[in-house]
Amino acid sequence: MIIYGVYIVSKSGGLIFNHDHNIPRIENEKTFSYPIDLVLDYDPKKVSVVFGQKDGINVGHVLVSINGIMANGGTLEDGRDVKAVIEDANNYPLNLKFSRPRMTTNEKIFLASMFYPLFAIASQLSPEPKSSGIEVLEADTFTLHCFQTLTGVKFMVIAEPHQTGLDILLRRIYELYSDYVLKNPFYSLEMPIRCELFDNKLQALLEQVEKGTTALIEK
Amino acid sequence: MAVYNLYVFDKYGVMLFYNEWNRLKKSGMTQEEEAKLMYGMLYSIKSFVGKMSPIDLRDGFLYYKTNKYALHYLETPSGLKFVISTDTASINVKELLQQFYAKVWVEFVVRDPLWVPGTPVTSDLCKQKIDEFIKQSPIYGIKNI
Repeated sequence: MIIYGVYIVSKSGGLIFNHDHNIPRIENEKTFSYPIDLVLDYDPKKVSVVFGQKDGINVGHVLVSINGIMANGGTLEDGRDVKAVIEDANNYPLNLKFSRPRMTTNEKIFLASMFYPLFAIASQLSPEPKSSGIEVLEADTFTLHCFQTLTGVKFMVIAEPHQTGLDILLRRIYELYSDYVLKNPFYSLEMPIRCELFDNKLQALLEQVEKGTTALIEK
Repeated sequence: MAVYNLYVFDKYGVMLFYNEWNRLKKSGMTQEEEAKLMYGMLYSIKSFVGKMSPIDLRDGFLYYKTNKYALHYLETPSGLKFVISTDTASINVKELLQQFYAKVWVEFVVRDPLWVPGTPVTSDLCKQKIDEFIKQSPIYGIKNI
């Protein structure tokens, strides 16, 4: 079983803990001749592919480097403009490196608070009375399991699709949270979790789960 | 009692079709408002899933489950969205939705010359066929204890 990440959201919807685990890095490098057969979107913050996916370079991937020179958004590290370099036929052949964008901390906070209304609307739109919010959300590349405690704290685990037994893992994380976070005298509620002991225990738990010993109950 | 309701939205978010079977709880708002809320939620889930995914998506969002019901989702490349709520025990609902699209929607809605694209379905024949299709589906009769 592969776990991609663990998120803890406080009852007011703020992200208080996030741990990334084994997220695959998708990068592709290719040498292009003029004119390039990709349609690129030149945004000041990033240059991304909008059409023409091939050889593992997919729509949505962002430009990382040109000829080994890192790109910072729309400009290269040596100060040149990415668009000018790519559109100039004299520079070819060009070696471009693309990668799937990784979430920044800000994006993670944004996404965690975005899950909060989804959770609430799912319960409101329920055709059956007394429904809870989203417990499992499945896409073709991952599955998200969410466990809400009685006090409103949400624990989320993102793993590869068709995983079972994640609800036990979530309850174990809740146990770790109650033991190592709530009993920490330096921790104030609703604030981001920075407890080393909790990090270590969580890491150990995830490694244990990944090895396939689903007998998670052992502590 | 397994299938609760079915929504069809077009790519602009217009609700083309809605029907419900055995729905036990009303949401307390008009159907129009409810459809907007549903479309808004799906739109957000779609963007949420796109950003959250560790690798590149192919089909994207498939379904979610709560403790009482499951909501299954199918989007065609042209942007039509089929949404069906069932009980949590139902399986292979995605295939059912694909069949629904191919056998009912294309046959009785798209091929209806009186149907104006982008407007709700009004033909009685079509409504009857959709009802029949859902009632004959294997997940309709599952009794969830």
